[in-house]
Amino acid sequence: MALDTLTDMRRMTRRQLLTGATALGAFVIGNGYVTAAKADWATEMVAMKPEDFATLIQMARDIYPHDRVADEFYVRAVKSYDVQDKAEMAEAGIRALNQRSREMKGEDYLDIGWERDRVDVLRSMEDDDFFQTVRGGLVTGLYNQKEVWPIFGYEGSSYEHGGYIDRGFDDITWIG
Amino acid sequence: MTAPFELTDDSVVVVIGTGAGGGVLANELAQRGVSVVALEAGGRYLPEDYVNDEWDSFGQLAWTDTRTTSGDWRVAKDFSGLPAWIVKAVGGTTTHWAGASIRFQPHEWKALTNYGAVDGATLLDWPIDAEEMAPWYDLAEAKLGVTRTGDRPGLPGNNNFKVFEAGARKLGYEEVHTGRMAIQSTDDGDRIKCQQTGFCFQGCKWGAKWSAAYTDIPDGEATGNLEVREKAHVARILHDDSGKVTGVEYFDEDGNLNFQAARIVAVAGNSFESPRLLLNSASSMFPDGLGNSSGHVGRHYMRHLTGSVYGIFDKPVRMWRGTTMAGIVADESKHDPSRGFVGGYELETLSLGLPFMAAFLDPGAWGREFTSALDQYENMAGMWIVGEDMPQADNRVTLSDAEDQWGLKVANVHYSDHPNDIAMRDHAYRQGAAIYDAMGATRTMPTPPYPSTHNLGTNRMSERPEDGVVNRWGQTHDIANLFVSDGSQFTTGAAENPTLTIVALAIRQADHIASEMSAGNL
Ligand SMILES: Cc1cc2nc3c(=O)[nH]c(=O)nc-3n(C[C@H](O)[C@H](O)[C@H](O)COP(=O)(O)OP(=O)(O)OC[C@H]3O[C@@H](n4cnc5c(N)ncnc54)[C@H](O)[C@@H]3O)c2cc1C
Ligand code: SF4
Repeated sequence: MALDTLTDMRRMTRRQLLTGATALGAFVIGNGYVTAAKADWATEMVAMKPEDFATLIQMARDIYPHDRVADEFYVRAVKSYDVQDKAEMAEAGIRALNQRSREMKGEDYLDIGWERDRVDVLRSMEDDDFFQTVRGGLVTGLYNQKEVWPIFGYEGSSYEHGGYIDRGFDDITWIG
Repeated sequence: MTAPFELTDDSVVVVIGTGAGGGVLANELAQRGVSVVALEAGGRYLPEDYVNDEWDSFGQLAWTDTRTTSGDWRVAKDFSGLPAWIVKAVGGTTTHWAGASIRFQPHEWKALTNYGAVDGATLLDWPIDAEEMAPWYDLAEAKLGVTRTGDRPGLPGNNNFKVFEAGARKLGYEEVHTGRMAIQSTDDGDRIKCQQTGFCFQGCKWGAKWSAAYTDIPDGEATGNLEVREKAHVARILHDDSGKVTGVEYFDEDGNLNFQAARIVAVAGNSFESPRLLLNSASSMFPDGLGNSSGHVGRHYMRHLTGSVYGIFDKPVRMWRGTTMAGIVADESKHDPSRGFVGGYELETLSLGLPFMAAFLDPGAWGREFTSALDQYENMAGMWIVGEDMPQADNRVTLSDAEDQWGLKVANVHYSDHPNDIAMRDHAYRQGAAIYDAMGATRTMPTPPYPSTHNLGTNRMSERPEDGVVNRWGQTHDIANLFVSDGSQFTTGAAENPTLTIVALAIRQADHIASEMSAGNL
């Protein structure tokens, strides 16, 4: 699964990883993998072209932008498209996205500098199946990762801690 | 301990579904010495099995067999295959429920008389009233251990409640408290006291909340008069040439079709499955389905008004800690047409975990307007609106062209808001937002209804056979030994959460069936 792939790649040194790589938007594209400049993650491609996958990561962030949520959570959220039977659909979707980007903004999606311009492109496609598939998948793909919950303050399962009866169920202090 | 009955034993009462209606009926009959076979489509899960995780729990307990939707309600667009969020398991939706247990107000039993005819609505008076129901409500409250009834104290308020209560008081609301809840509030009851775990919707792991799964079902089994067959999906109810029902056909876990004979059949599959089953049981004698000579089976589907308001503050609330439904404002539940609508609504605190908040806050929304709200999850407070929606003839359950895993036609659920519903919801959104604004909210969000949790009315109770499906006992007007025992009996929905009333009706029905059986009338 995505998580293992990320961990595996961490064992490579940054130097090995970055040899021959090129920058694309916020990402670094290598031979068969995607990473980011200062990232401690990298993901090896199974079925998708690295530049398409990088575009998909950016698209995911632009759909549900949380500035305190690191890229690797978005990578995990869309890694499920990087498999044989979904890659074709995803790459066709990314091709259409880039084409629309060039029509509207004169450059590929990842080359567009401002989020608002990328969002213009996405808005124009929001009723398309591809957009809806990616957005719908993110609702669980992103927000159901237990590792992102603490970023939002959510504490998850509480039974094993004895509930909140002695852990602040009524600890609010600012009610007059 | 549990009684095994023969498939050919035609002395038993067959109860279909083991939720609030069926689970209670089965136990109450067993307590009165009646032999009962309860058939439940779902499996058996107990507190040790429940998980404090929203999607995992959904996967474990929710009814996810095929259903289809139509109508202009937003659920049909956003969750087209999931019109309701209800349970398929022994104990039914009482595993999920929050536990709010309030009685109908007296005027609500007679909606047509008290509200007058409303254009486009099919209002009707119940054939029973508050006085007749009072002793059954007493029994139901004792069974469920409802707080603030009898000598049971209320639960303590959590953070979400404290924001809600203080805001409501600033607005001048007076009926504000931590609710009447089927949740243990003291150390000296049969159940463990609420540990404020905050996963009431996922099945209470402490068993502090009442659920038929671990109270009425085992109590009934302990009498030796009740056999619960789980993973038994009833396909059809059969009848003889005289028009009396003779038993039911059901698929067992292995996919085999069995016939269980019965003296009486009671249908309690929730308001989608009960009418579906009656419709799927059509025969040459009853071509429109069982109990359907009036044409009312499946009609007048009600789901309560619903909607939520979430407020964001500049300081933390942590609403997920503690009881999910932690308190109520009841002032708006009165009937006061000067507000621009008939009937009333309750406001009750509600909290969703982050995963469900992402799915339900504004389904389909994306971009910064949406994510900036989720970013403030820790600073959010939430409440839910429960109001009386208008029954309408065309809001209904019909048989869809789609089939389920057994090859049976599934339920299509059609719903569109009535103008009265829209006016009431808008009023409730404004009042809910005002409560949070009074506490300094920096943002409030009127959130659309979730997939339905309260499903009512599709086999409604009526005095006259031409107006509904069942009589004052839940007995079908057409067939003497066929009963309906769940929320689908509701003539109108009232402003209150329905389960206490479903339970009170089930106890009363058990008493009636048992005495009619011993009198030889059934
Ligand atoms: C999240 C949530 C919170 C809620 N909170 C509250 C609350 O605070 N207060 C309140 O009053 N109500 C609440 N409710 C509503 C309450 O749970 C329901 O009103 C109540 O459980 C309905 O009872 P019922 O008997 O009609 O159906 P259910 O309890 O749904 O039981 C129906 C059973 O029938 C079974 N069944 C269906 N078809 C078949 C078949 N063909 N063969 C065999 N078995 C079948 C189902 O699997 C199910 O187990 C809540 C519901 C939800 C989902
Ligand atoms: S908050 Fe109370 S009732 Fe709800 S799940 Fe926890 S212990 Fe049970």
